[in-house]
Amino acid sequence: MFAYLTKSLLQALLVMLAVAFIGFSMFRFVGDPVANLVGQEATIQDREELAQLLGLNDPIPLQFFHFVTNAAQGEFGVSYRQGRRVSDLLAERLPATLELALLSALFAFVVGMILGVYAAIRRDGVVANIVMSVSLIGVSLPTFLIGIGLIYVFAVECRSWSTALAAWTGWQGWSGACLPSFGRGETVRIGWWTTGLLTESGLKSLIMPTITLGFFQLTLVMRLVRSEMLEVMRTDFVKFARARGLPERVVQLKHALRNTMIPVVTIVGLQLGSVIAFAIVTETVFQWPGLGALFVQSVQFVDIPVMSAYLMFVGFVFVVVNLATDLLYLLLDPRLRTAKTAAAQ
Amino acid sequence: MLAPSQPTEQPKGWLARTWDSDVAYSFRHSPVAIGAAVASIIMIGAALLAPLLAPQNAFDPAQLNLLDGYTRPGETGMGSGNYFVLGADNQGRDVFSAILYGSRVSLFVGFASVVFSMVLGVGLGLVAGYLGGRTDAVIMRIADIQLSFPAILIALLVFGIARGIIPPALHEQMAIGVLIVAIGLSNWAQYARTVRASTMVEKRKEYVEAARLLGMSPFSVMWRHVLPNVAGPVLVIATINLALAIIEEATLSYLGVGVPATQPSLGTLIRFGQQYLFSGEWWILLFPALALILLALAVNLLGDWLRDALNPKLRQKS
Amino acid sequence: MKKSTFLTLALLSAFAVSTVAADARTVRWARSIDAQTLDPHAANIGPTSALAHQMYEPLVIRGYDGQLIPTLATEFRILPDRPTVWEVKLRQGVRFHNGNAFNADDVVFSFTRARAPTSDYRGLLTSITDVRKVDDHTVHIETRAPNPLLFQNLADIFMMDKEWTEQNNATQPQNIRERQENHATRNANGTGPYVLVSREPDIRTVMRRNENYWGRNQYPLEVSELIMVPIRENATRIAALLSGEVDVVHDVPVQDIARLQQTQGIRVNIGEENRVIFLSFNVGAEPLRSSDIRDRNPFANRTVRQAVNIAINRDAITRVVMRGQGAPIGYLGTRFINGHSAEIAAPPRFDVAAANRMLDEAGFPRRAAEGNTRFSVSFHCTNDRYVSDEAICQAVVAMLGQIGIRANLVARPAAQHFPEIQRLELDFYLLGWGIPTYDSEYNFNFLYHTRGQQAGTWNGTRFSNPDLDRRIIALASTPDQAARNREIADLWRILREETVYVPLHVQSISHAMRGGIDVPIHPGAGAWFKFFQFRGS
Repeated sequence: MFAYLTKSLLQALLVMLAVAFIGFSMFRFVGDPVANLVGQEATIQDREELAQLLGLNDPIPLQFFHFVTNAAQGEFGVSYRQGRRVSDLLAERLPATLELALLSALFAFVVGMILGVYAAIRRDGVVANIVMSVSLIGVSLPTFLIGIGLIYVFAVECRSWSTALAAWTGWQGWSGACLPSFGRGETVRIGWWTTGLLTESGLKSLIMPTITLGFFQLTLVMRLVRSEMLEVMRTDFVKFARARGLPERVVQLKHALRNTMIPVVTIVGLQLGSVIAFAIVTETVFQWPGLGALFVQSVQFVDIPVMSAYLMFVGFVFVVVNLATDLLYLLLDPRLRTAKTAAAQ
Repeated sequence: MLAPSQPTEQPKGWLARTWDSDVAYSFRHSPVAIGAAVASIIMIGAALLAPLLAPQNAFDPAQLNLLDGYTRPGETGMGSGNYFVLGADNQGRDVFSAILYGSRVSLFVGFASVVFSMVLGVGLGLVAGYLGGRTDAVIMRIADIQLSFPAILIALLVFGIARGIIPPALHEQMAIGVLIVAIGLSNWAQYARTVRASTMVEKRKEYVEAARLLGMSPFSVMWRHVLPNVAGPVLVIATINLALAIIEEATLSYLGVGVPATQPSLGTLIRFGQQYLFSGEWWILLFPALALILLALAVNLLGDWLRDALNPKLRQKS
Repeated sequence: MKKSTFLTLALLSAFAVSTVAADARTVRWARSIDAQTLDPHAANIGPTSALAHQMYEPLVIRGYDGQLIPTLATEFRILPDRPTVWEVKLRQGVRFHNGNAFNADDVVFSFTRARAPTSDYRGLLTSITDVRKVDDHTVHIETRAPNPLLFQNLADIFMMDKEWTEQNNATQPQNIRERQENHATRNANGTGPYVLVSREPDIRTVMRRNENYWGRNQYPLEVSELIMVPIRENATRIAALLSGEVDVVHDVPVQDIARLQQTQGIRVNIGEENRVIFLSFNVGAEPLRSSDIRDRNPFANRTVRQAVNIAINRDAITRVVMRGQGAPIGYLGTRFINGHSAEIAAPPRFDVAAANRMLDEAGFPRRAAEGNTRFSVSFHCTNDRYVSDEAICQAVVAMLGQIGIRANLVARPAAQHFPEIQRLELDFYLLGWGIPTYDSEYNFNFLYHTRGQQAGTWNGTRFSNPDLDRRIIALASTPDQAARNREIADLWRILREETVYVPLHVQSISHAMRGGIDVPIHPGAGAWFKFFQFRGS
């Protein structure tokens, strides 16, 4: 067990290094930071001096070596774009992304679970088929379009239909149904963490980005739950439960659903990492001040220190999530435990 | 109704056998599957026949008249006097023709990249799951690396390297090939993970063990026994990924590394169209978006059906 | 009856609100990107200096008509007996936000800082050799040669407080090599009309009116609180305006202008920017890298370039692609700059037939085997820099198709495009050019002079004419304005004929606003909130 753990950790470290190296070698394809760092009037000599100063003319392996030795000490340098310490920047942006990612994972999990169970129980029902089809429409549109569509309906058009409703019903509260189109709303600072969960505007601001980001995962969870449920319902022990005369509801929810949970939880766990990584587009559409939006701007500006640090962070999240699921598997399935330990030796 | 469905004594041809198979039976009895298949065939056919069906070659800039720009659906353009059934975009490009030509690019990129990542992912997943040990560790760590990179970044990397290798004059022609490799390389790990997990469970089962004891080579054991068992999940991933690949292609174009703007794919058309959401030129966005939804929906529904049909456990109703 | 009392009440309360609002009015100002930093000398780029202008001030600012307005300087003149020395009288009674008095020491210090190696403005100050204090409110600026246009370069050179900067270890402009953040990056202490309240980069910057501002009674200063929010996505930015979450949108996409103009309570201002958009050829002797004509460079032939010039339908581009924004132009300048005249600015007549004839004569016939084209070339373009840049390029491709040139469009972010111009890797490309000095010499220097260490930095065309180079350099030391202007006019005539570039149009920009505030268009694309008034919507 201990040997397996150390082995996993070593592998994780290697993965991080590989991520860093790949990320590093591709930056020169993103563009040249010097173009953004000097004004229109800068001479060719100025530009060359700056490139020299930033170490951009060093061979890639040497640059990489400098980067890794610094990164190992938690030192990612200073952002080209903002002139601030990259570690400060990441720490500042982390809460926004984590809050959004966790909430949308939760949203995807809960709603996906409910809809998936429903679709499995009513396999041939009309409503179930409509739910399945509508979810597919959502997946076949680019995320940026879903986000902008939501903004259009719930932030812009909402103003006109809420006033119409208010005039019709005489209740002025309808405008409260409109949602903010950008940003995080008011945030509360707790230590170094900032949260939007404690204010009304903060909560309202979370709704649309959460749905946008969680929509794809929701569909995934729903389809997974449905197919797992259908499989489990065929198994002998469910048939046996039925034969014992247990009510259908109890069989479905207690026996079948419980057995569906393990693979679903695993997938959701694995997806959490990609939710954080793929929040990029959602954050851009909603001007969400998280790591993804920071990364997009860094790419546009060729802010190499921020890009490297972000990639290291994403790599780190994945490694942690993978490690956790590996361990989870070990705990859940004794057969795998012997196999893995055998493989590790 | 048709002859092949009647019982006969003679050995049947492959067509008749196919018609009689379980899968075909399930197909004939699923209106959703038939509808999805018809829609897919129409859209794929229309895309293939675009040069014959489209009133305008949407990829030839010389045929565009800027003064036709923003012609409303069902009106004639100010510049050329042509009739635009679904309207024209900001360049005077006929939206209907653009959708036909655009689906061609999208479908080609989608199918090719899905096949590419499927072959790569399934192959590596089988090897990793079956052989285990160091091979498994190496392959799965590489898969971790792939997963830990946003797909878009991997695609950017492939693009950057391709730019360095391919001579500038060929960039344009190579764009689609590079896109396929880029998108394909950024999606294989999912297949590998799924296939590896199934393989690990499957290879412990008695019948695989038995096949090995009978002296079958590991390769044919995997091919004959393990692969059919993982086909279901792989197909599910592939159907979702086809739509995803089309969308990813749009995002790449957005970052300036996709297809050229003068030869827009469906995704690129949507990317352009979304700028007109507030401005009143709804047709530039709506029609390509509908086409993409229809395409993705049809493919996904077909995939759903195929998945259920391939799984014998689900076939009979309780 | 009841209704009317209600109405009266409503009117009364509205009146009450508006009288209060006249004193305390918040404006939320949305831009597509945030300022990079508050350090006023660190980044010479539009959004950064536009924000700095609310809190810091230079000696002079550029007014909305393009003329200089004395700001921290009240008078400036070249000493009659010493043509290389400018004497500057400073405004008296000005205080920084922290209460320190503004004086000559601050000016000398600020110029030193703006000329430091890490300053992004030193390129505009290369003619200065020394800045000296004469007394508390008089400064002498000495230049290498007589420079009558010096003050044209000073409209973005901000004045900082020497004591504050020294106390906070910020005497050098922010340096990305240092692993520490410079204090001036997120803090500000200027003399300007707005005081920094809080700054969260990429989220919001809050400023309040400086009640002790020297121009408090001279300028309207009606906005009492100014909040700058960056919103990168076009659609989101417009949505935020439509939903009333922001009051001013600085960058409005052209396609949304019409809809916004029709929306009740929203006002759109449109105006020309001091920026020209143009196409550039590689005119070098070597064959083009991206063309299917391998033995010679078609663009080295002036007739080919002139044919392209008349094959571009500038009217159609501005009318359809730009939705009527932008003005077609025939030279690489704008109406704001010194050297502009109706004669050289007139766009050439659009004539496809003539262009085709010229290409036939130049020896590039249509080739039946190659889809009836004459030659192909890669056309590089930005997709995130100028108004509708990618759409303009698509339209150009279609127009070149009409004369048998197959242009293969490559549209990419500016961060990839610009370095390749600098490295002379492009055969045919789009570029936009802002002219901060409002003088033709700037364009000659950077775009037409032979590429070298000091000049021709942005000349990615390989165009080189030693005779013209000499005349361009001589402009800098021609004190006689009339002679200098004659020389400029003559240079433009020659260059217009050379057609190294194909000028397309002068870019228009638009601001959209609600709540009655009126934000006019500045040719430098900035905004000075101290001027703005509420007009009622």
